Amino acid sequence: MWPTIHRCTYAVRVVDVSRSARIAVPDLLRLAAAILVIAVGSRNVQAIPPIESWQTSAGAQVLFVENHDLPMLDVSVEFPAGSGFDSARKSGLAALTQHMRELGAGGLREDEISQRIADVGARLRGRFDTDRAGSHLRTLVSMRERDQALDVLARVLQRPEFPQPAFEREKARIVANLKEADTKPDILANREFNRLVYRGHPYGLRSSGEVDTVAGLTRADLIEFFATHYVAEQAVVAIMGDVTRAEAQQIAERLTQFLPRARGPAPSLPLVTELERANSVVVAHPSSQVHILIGTPGIRRDDPDYFNLLVGNYVLGGGGFASRLIKEVRQKRGLAYSAYSYFAPLMRTGLFQIGLQTRGDQAQTALKVVMDTVKNFLDHGPSEQELEEARSNLAGGFPLRIDSNRKIHGYLALIGFYRLPLTYLDDFVKNVEKVNVADVRAAFSRHVRIERLVTVMVGGGLEATAQR
Amino acid sequence: MILDSSMRIFWPRRASAPALGMIVVLVLFAVPAANASVHEYRLENGMRVLVKEDHRAPVVVSMVWYGAGSVDEFNGTTGVAHVLEHMMFKGTAKVPAGEFSRRVARAGGRENAFTSRDYTAYFQTLHRDKLAMVLEMEADRMANLILTKETFEKEIKVVMEERRLRTDDQPHALVYETLMAVALRTHPYRHPIIGWMNDLQNMAVTDVSDWYRRWYAPNNAVLVVVGDISGEEVIGHARKLFGTIEPRALPVRKPQNEPDQMGERRVVVKAPSKLPHILMAYRVPKLLDPELDSEPYALDVLEGVLDGHDGARLNAALVRGTRMASSAGAGYSGIGRGPGVFMLSGTPSEGRSIADLEAALKAEVQRIATEGVRDDELRRVKAQVVSAHVYARDSMFAQARHMGSLESIGLSHRSIETQLRRLREVTAEQVQQVARRYFVDDALTVAVLEPQPLSVKRQPAAPEDSRH
Repeated sequence: MWPTIHRCTYAVRVVDVSRSARIAVPDLLRLAAAILVIAVGSRNVQAIPPIESWQTSAGAQVLFVENHDLPMLDVSVEFPAGSGFDSARKSGLAALTQHMRELGAGGLREDEISQRIADVGARLRGRFDTDRAGSHLRTLVSMRERDQALDVLARVLQRPEFPQPAFEREKARIVANLKEADTKPDILANREFNRLVYRGHPYGLRSSGEVDTVAGLTRADLIEFFATHYVAEQAVVAIMGDVTRAEAQQIAERLTQFLPRARGPAPSLPLVTELERANSVVVAHPSSQVHILIGTPGIRRDDPDYFNLLVGNYVLGGGGFASRLIKEVRQKRGLAYSAYSYFAPLMRTGLFQIGLQTRGDQAQTALKVVMDTVKNFLDHGPSEQELEEARSNLAGGFPLRIDSNRKIHGYLALIGFYRLPLTYLDDFVKNVEKVNVADVRAAFSRHVRIERLVTVMVGGGLEATAQR
Repeated sequence: MILDSSMRIFWPRRASAPALGMIVVLVLFAVPAANASVHEYRLENGMRVLVKEDHRAPVVVSMVWYGAGSVDEFNGTTGVAHVLEHMMFKGTAKVPAGEFSRRVARAGGRENAFTSRDYTAYFQTLHRDKLAMVLEMEADRMANLILTKETFEKEIKVVMEERRLRTDDQPHALVYETLMAVALRTHPYRHPIIGWMNDLQNMAVTDVSDWYRRWYAPNNAVLVVVGDISGEEVIGHARKLFGTIEPRALPVRKPQNEPDQMGERRVVVKAPSKLPHILMAYRVPKLLDPELDSEPYALDVLEGVLDGHDGARLNAALVRGTRMASSAGAGYSGIGRGPGVFMLSGTPSEGRSIADLEAALKAEVQRIATEGVRDDELRRVKAQVVSAHVYARDSMFAQARHMGSLESIGLSHRSIETQLRRLREVTAEQVQQVARRYFVDDALTVAVLEPQPLSVKRQPAAPEDSRH
């Protein structure tokens, strides 16, 4: 496949934010190697798959959807062990712990782990974001393939060895990658932005850590982090695919029975405080574009305003070509290729962020257009017609959210981790449809204050300023 | 978003789909004939229609593919295929500017478009009941697009911002762009899809309308629909909506065959970054006849053996073993209208040189040329390809894209089965033969990123308003 360019307006990936946790950033289409085969059997159309849930003997929570359309299985096991659980001094520990689990476990060397997974055509991927860390396995469901893949996953989850030589090597690689990353304007902008929005809260730490903190991590740190955070009582197992409930129960037992047990109450994250005033920073960089980020702490995953903001933000900057930001910045003025806004709700208050990139000499113009657009939206809210279109897209598009095993599996993991009701999917359309203009205005005024936004600009053609 | 297999070389993914490029799969277990359920039609005006039923969810993916990409551009107007892709959303008499996206969004759909070297495609994913609505708009803009100077002037700015974002400020993208321009002397694959900046600066709306008239005709288009709909229903819509559009004589395409390379070529790219990087391109065969060719399949397997998973040769030897590299990758693009290229890439570990890494990458291929590959390696690549085939059935989009991309370059979607079978037949000797035959210095082009400190001012670009 040769290169392909999209007309896509959506954001360049933002570090540290899980896609599934974001509101209203449309899924970038993942173009996996594709091939067509037989038409698959018919799923009960329109029906929302029933979710079964139970606890394993070790205390892990399981969510399961049984589906026999395709001879495959998706399994994930996740823990509250994301970068939010790092400390400033050991920033990067959570990510390195997650990563190192696959590089030696249960008597298997790293190459044996990769090869055993590849031998059966399975895919084993780490899962990591601000809140969550774990592993996702996709495998064929035929017995030899499934059994070998689950065997490797069980070892990685429950018996990681953190071998010293691989640990030293990976540290060196991460440090090198961090040095490279710190030359990129988008990454510099995000790093600065998170620092200013979170002011010392661990959500503001870079998930991969910093050069100095990663260099100082020890193998003992990883072992301790693993024992504290990868515990059975906090594990969420999500299973989707071509197995029976009885088989799913066996799989969940196999993957969790030898997990560490909690030694005390679950580690909790500090609360995020509100910004007290606006803050802005400009960083000079030789890039041709300026990367502009604007935002504030937004909402927690359990905030009752979730759907008000989901629907409202569609109008502001979440709805792609339907959004005001794209209309004002791109369609009317040609100032940027991408302009967006999103909420990324987390266990604690996740980001509200607006972003765009534009040629250096027009950065101030673009910034003014964005701020005027935001101010207008906050002052007046969406129009009735805009809101109707937003509800229409989100409700009418609901079938697209559950049209593949991968997407349904993603919702299982999300619902399990954030303890959302098992009827979350059943209620989704209803929750979207009841949002009205007044609710949106009120929700935005509670969570986004224009006089207290962080603004970061990194790029060429700017005079650098110190942080006020 | 760059959907670019070559990008994978820059940031090698680990353990994802094997056999980049060819997207070839095989079936070891019994499944019915792969394409038995693909309905295939040809309208009287020459437009082709392919329908693959998938009834898992009440959703369809619809794509209209035009057999024209950047490969068809003339000097001085590079990037015009992609600019038209942007302009295709700027309205017709019946569907005013912006209205296409708006109607799809209101219907709960997602839509976008992409341009590659070989083709341009427009797609929507939405509820099955809305298919007729989008097909009507697709048919309308196939024949009735309105291109005005005013909308063009704005959109070309967006495209220039896109180029800055994707290429000008991305050192690895600059290396790739430069490599292709040096590796190929005459074939248009040497030009970037997004176009050279100076060509964008000097483009006129007449260049775009010329392109539209030249290539956008039903006899140069393929409609691909995958989802919860019957073949009969789709062909009914297609006859009614597209069937009335008059076919046009298409320009004769010149082969523009690239002359043989007469010796090694080297180029340096200086850009702000910290780590050096090397990208090496070897000229190799591409797939011409899926039944009779064998070397493209062997090159696919070679790529899998080198870089199909984390324990594959390049990562095992250079990253994990000698720690020569912090990353190393291989990629082959064998399906396309232009010449085939096999790439090796890597970033040296701190303290190791680009020269050392280049030698090490070559040595890994030479080891296969002299010693061949092991049976377990061959089996592993094939197992990954088999499973990728099954996993792809989870994505309607991936299936539609695969069919459309093959049809658009003159390979039938039916050749997928042939490709599966032929890849299964690859032997260790064939892999050794292609490694021996094609990886010679006289057919090699090397591009190296030479990091520049961020403090260095880049040469100012010519101001954009010099275009008139």
